[in-house]
Amino acid sequence: MMQHLVVLPILAPMLMAVMMLLPPLQNTIYRQRIASFFTMLVMLGIAILLIITSSEQTQVYALGGWQPPFGIVLVADRLASMMVLLTTVLGCGALLYASAGDDNLGMYFHPLFLFQLMGINGAFLTGDIFNLFVFFEILLIASYALLIHGGGKQKTLASVHYVSLNLVGSSFFLFALGILYGTLGTLNIADMADAASRLEAQEAVLAKTGVLLLLLVFGLKAALLPLHFWLTKTYSSASAPVAALFAIMTKVGIYSIFRIHGVVFGEEAGLLANTALPWIWPMAILTLIIGTIGLIGSSSLKVLTANLVLISVGTLLLAMVIPGGIGLGAALYYMLHTTLVSGALFLLADMIGKQRGKAADRFVPARPIQQPGLLGTLFFLAALAVIGMPPMSGFVGKVMILQAANGTSGMIWIWSVILISSLAAIIALSRAGTNLFWNLCGDKSDELASSQLQIIAVVLLLACSPLLVIFGAQVTEFTDTAARQMLHDYPTIKAMMNAGITQ
Amino acid sequence: MSLFWIPLLPMIGTLVPLLSERWGRSICALCTAIAPAIALTMVLAYMPSVLAGQPIQQSIEWIPLIGLELSFHLDGLGLLFSLLILGIGLLIILYARYYLSDQDSMGRFYAYLILFMAAMLGIVLSNNLIQLWAYWELTSISSFLLIGFWSHSSNARKGARMALTVTGAGGLALLAGLLMIGNIVGSYDLHTVLNSGDLIRENPLYPVILVLVLLGAFTKSAQFPFHFWLPHAMAAPTPVSAYLHSATMVKAGIFLLARFYPILAGTEQWFLMVSLTGLATLLLGAYIALFKHDLKGLLAYSTISHLGLITLLLGMDSRLAAVAAIFHVVNHAIFKASLFMAAGIIDHESGSRDMRKLNGLWKYMPYTATLAMVAAASMAGVPLFNGFLSKEMFFTETLDQSALGSLSWMIPVLATIGAMFAVAYSIRFIHDVFFNGEPINLPRTPHEPPRYMKVPVEILVGLCLLVGIFPQFMMGDLLTSASSAVLGGAVPTYSLSIWHGFNLPFVMSLIAMGGGLLIYHNRRSLFRFQAQFPETDAKLVFDDTIKLVIEKAAHFNGWLENGSLQRYMFWMMFMVLALITVPIMNLNTTEGIRPETPLNNVMSAGAALLCICALATVIWHRKRVIALLMLSVVGLIVSISFAIFSAPDLALTQLLVEVATIILLLLALFLLPQRTPKESSPSRIMRDLSISAVIGGVVGTISYAIMTKPLVSISDFFLDNSKTGGGGTNVVNVILVDFRGFDTMGEITVLGIAALGIYKLLAQMHIAMPTSDIDGRSWARDKHPMMLEVISQGLLPLALLVSAFIFLRGHNLPGGGFIAGLITSLALIQQYVAHGVNWMKVRLKVDYQWLIGSGLFIALATGAGSWLFDRPFLTSWFDYFTLPIIGKFELASALLFDLGVYLTVIGATLLILANLGKITTGERPKQTEYE
Repeated sequence: MMQHLVVLPILAPMLMAVMMLLPPLQNTIYRQRIASFFTMLVMLGIAILLIITSSEQTQVYALGGWQPPFGIVLVADRLASMMVLLTTVLGCGALLYASAGDDNLGMYFHPLFLFQLMGINGAFLTGDIFNLFVFFEILLIASYALLIHGGGKQKTLASVHYVSLNLVGSSFFLFALGILYGTLGTLNIADMADAASRLEAQEAVLAKTGVLLLLLVFGLKAALLPLHFWLTKTYSSASAPVAALFAIMTKVGIYSIFRIHGVVFGEEAGLLANTALPWIWPMAILTLIIGTIGLIGSSSLKVLTANLVLISVGTLLLAMVIPGGIGLGAALYYMLHTTLVSGALFLLADMIGKQRGKAADRFVPARPIQQPGLLGTLFFLAALAVIGMPPMSGFVGKVMILQAANGTSGMIWIWSVILISSLAAIIALSRAGTNLFWNLCGDKSDELASSQLQIIAVVLLLACSPLLVIFGAQVTEFTDTAARQMLHDYPTIKAMMNAGITQ
Repeated sequence: MSLFWIPLLPMIGTLVPLLSERWGRSICALCTAIAPAIALTMVLAYMPSVLAGQPIQQSIEWIPLIGLELSFHLDGLGLLFSLLILGIGLLIILYARYYLSDQDSMGRFYAYLILFMAAMLGIVLSNNLIQLWAYWELTSISSFLLIGFWSHSSNARKGARMALTVTGAGGLALLAGLLMIGNIVGSYDLHTVLNSGDLIRENPLYPVILVLVLLGAFTKSAQFPFHFWLPHAMAAPTPVSAYLHSATMVKAGIFLLARFYPILAGTEQWFLMVSLTGLATLLLGAYIALFKHDLKGLLAYSTISHLGLITLLLGMDSRLAAVAAIFHVVNHAIFKASLFMAAGIIDHESGSRDMRKLNGLWKYMPYTATLAMVAAASMAGVPLFNGFLSKEMFFTETLDQSALGSLSWMIPVLATIGAMFAVAYSIRFIHDVFFNGEPINLPRTPHEPPRYMKVPVEILVGLCLLVGIFPQFMMGDLLTSASSAVLGGAVPTYSLSIWHGFNLPFVMSLIAMGGGLLIYHNRRSLFRFQAQFPETDAKLVFDDTIKLVIEKAAHFNGWLENGSLQRYMFWMMFMVLALITVPIMNLNTTEGIRPETPLNNVMSAGAALLCICALATVIWHRKRVIALLMLSVVGLIVSISFAIFSAPDLALTQLLVEVATIILLLLALFLLPQRTPKESSPSRIMRDLSISAVIGGVVGTISYAIMTKPLVSISDFFLDNSKTGGGGTNVVNVILVDFRGFDTMGEITVLGIAALGIYKLLAQMHIAMPTSDIDGRSWARDKHPMMLEVISQGLLPLALLVSAFIFLRGHNLPGGGFIAGLITSLALIQQYVAHGVNWMKVRLKVDYQWLIGSGLFIALATGAGSWLFDRPFLTSWFDYFTLPIIGKFELASALLFDLGVYLTVIGATLLILANLGKITTGERPKQTEYE
């Protein structure tokens, strides 16, 4: 089985999702929960194995045994494996939380959830740009369906925006692929990089439009300004476990920008070198600024968290555009941190909101909640993490990014927006915390306390943050190597061809 | 024993009070004290060797990539601060045991306090810049918790937020400064950094670094203009104020100045910025302190003033001044802690802190009054008390200044004025509270506090006296050692004695005391003068500013994200234009070298029709049925053009998808509101039209350019290998099920998920059915016309046969699972249309969800089947067999995969269409009841 390891993060969730449509798993929430847990455990094992094997050597898997660039390949380098593990861990948290009851608010939660994981993992692993489109479609269509889980006006409204914008985005994705295939003549990502460096001037102009259109597509997914409009409403109205899982969705866009615009059309792409960089700069800074303003102006914890996601998007892309790619290792570390913590914060917002009754997660005085000590502590830790204060992981990530930018030409910009957004986070989160936990009126609310499962889910995600600090040496070393590998050692098409032949 | 334990023990000790709270207050306090007590013992054990000039240092590598080490060192400065932090900390623990009421959670309080203590220890012992910063932030965080401890009070919440915001902002500036230092030096190790003073001072970035580090120090130490947070931090319980504002929090800023003295001091910028800030703070604090009616308010501003004094000392261009600064740190910590505790006792036992009500307490609590008087005398700088000594040193240094050039004479004068006010407010503290008539309307009759509540004050006051009378014995070595750490080497000679002769500084002291008495005596006219100024409450100003920012931000958010999908779409289209028009302008010619396909009449007519119908769809979009008809024409022409360009598979698929989509849209439109309101203004229409036209033009140009140029692509491989490698002559099908079968598997998954999602949506929606059409006509009564029923029933077997045929031949001729699946679905849909749901329900007992599931399962299993032969996922197999009668035929694994596609397509299409149709009947889709 070991030689098929790379394809398993895609197939395992798919298999179980399909089984859930059939008897005996069909329509029984208990069996589906157990099946989902089982799948997540298996996926966790697979992801860890994948990290181990890909750390030794990048794994190339030629589907159907067709030699690249003709067939589809999956490529598991350190980065892809890391993202798969990240997705799985986040998925575990979201699933645990959902199994406390949210999964029964509508149909098909478990199969859709697993399909979603399949799509995300596929997007991380694939080495073929059309296949990337397919996995984008899988994760998008699953996310459309998950977004409306639980029903209600807010969700329907949010999903109309989300679906419409993404459908247009998908059309442009196809158009961009058409342009790129029409100029480069290939779909394999490594082969594209190869072909790009050999393009002639006039063809390069055409290809450039394709490359930039891809930036639009990935930017929409990543919620880069001014393509971010779907994010706040979508994230804040989705049901908690779905919102938590969505924390990885923007990262799929960022990951694609890293891979495609940072590497394939990066430094060595001949006439197409760094095509997207001049665009990413201002967009990332604007995203950070708008996210910061949004953060300050948020009136509820969910909206606040959504804006934190926006800030992390800006931060990650700013780290990427630091010349020479020296910020990428930092960005990858920050990606781990921010994904898990935002996920935890979405879950927490839901728990707090439910216990506060009518006031929900809005920053208004309300009755005391059932579990002030527990939720207060968890919120406090999560807040420290997102602000970037020790001892949580945010500070390591932030310090790494600032260090990477130190002395570069864009230092003033990067430092000031990141530090100011941190200050805004301090103001916003201290306001949130004091309003939610300290500004009380009346007797204890009669809402139910959060269930064990929900608490475990949040603790699981949140515990990753200090672990990322404690094992900081190993993790930073890994992300740094992963970044360098991504920049310089993505398997060339020649290497891939050999891999294809041996199978 | 390792040095690590000193900061680590209190950190672990944070948990102790939480665990021991259940055993009662005294035991809780006792247990809490254990960890700091051990840490203090350890510090004392290290003391001899540190005093002997051998600092202790230990480090472990942590995150080498960011230069973070777990690294501690104990030098003279660290030793002095550690003693203060732990010593006063222990006294505070004792004091708080009696101060806190039963309603306060003692465990939580102690936990925050110990956390804070650990953070402070971390700062003073850190030997790594990043670690130092981490602890620095930790003090901000834990002080936030402490200040906000009485969270029910709005003042506490606001005070806590304000402190966190100001010190947090300073912390970020400090981080920037430290990172720049680290970058210049190439190391974050404090030792290395401290030895690189010249390197840093000569760097062009030095002024920036200096400002950033000073911002960190000044915000923390409440220097003007950042002093405003400190008085509002008084909303905390008094033990917290006693701790934070005497020995710890605010001294962290001073510590930072002292720590970086060797690398940042010694320049013009340093002297100007630090000394002027210090001077301003000193005067401002001393002046305002006099007017505060709140005991703690007075002490708060006095703290600000004393911090200003220390800062001023550190900013003076003299090594002796630095020694005086360190000395005053200790003295101030001792007398200020005892004063805060005394104020706390008064508050606790009389129920008020208002000096207009508190009068004549001498009668009720003479013992406490005596203690407070000694401490206040020290604060005023009366001889024989420790405050006097450092103040004398301070006066001496002010006389020696030249930083302000010809204006340097102002420094001693202003210093004396500051000292006058210090004397005045000290007198006020004593006279107003303990004498000055009788108490007015106190909530409680004042009395002496419990025995042990006084112990910490007694110890501190004892220290005031001891240091004041035997300075050399008490402080000599410690001060020398700490000063040498600050100055980075030799300490100038100085004498610690009570009497230095009748010199100028002594005269200044006398003037200050006389002046202070005079000011206090005339306080009423001063109060009247001060009353003319409108009182500004920094908390309100700060809070209003933050509120305004929040409001503006919220307003901006509402304006930007106004919930209009049109606006969001506009921005996306705008980005598309921005992204593709810029490069496309550089395209010289769109003309490629490929020969153009000759145009004939049929094609031009088709193209014209396509354009017209596309336009018509848009124009008539409010008349939905017509728009839909126009749209179907567009689809039809697209199908035909696929056929013309030799893509029969695509043409077939497109044709079938068209039919399915139109049925779907008809059903959906039936359920939607019948009238579409006019939504766009004329100018909006013009805008949208222009954007569409430009995008269309650009896209057309790009497409034309691509289609006319020759291309070397991987397509030839597929043509060459289709038969030999994939076993089929229909390349399109072989690509779908073999070369790129993985994509197809993904796409049918998408289809399946879409069906599930739509079913999910339908099941939770409650849509009212229109009772009549747009013109008010009721629906036809004959829902299932006989003609349709009969014909479609007859067509069904034929359609199924065709679909089977199309399916089987797919590998070699146009067809395949996808097309066959669509044909089957449409044939079944036709039955639904003709006969209705109820008729179908009885006859077609297939669960469409199962169809999707099994289809996907078959595709997946086929792919995984190749693992049995040790091949990658989806590796295909085919072979030719000969059977009698049938003859030679081919068996391929791809056929099985295609069966999966076939089933999924049927399942998905019918799950969507049948259920959408069912909404119009009594058989609405329902949420499946889960067990």
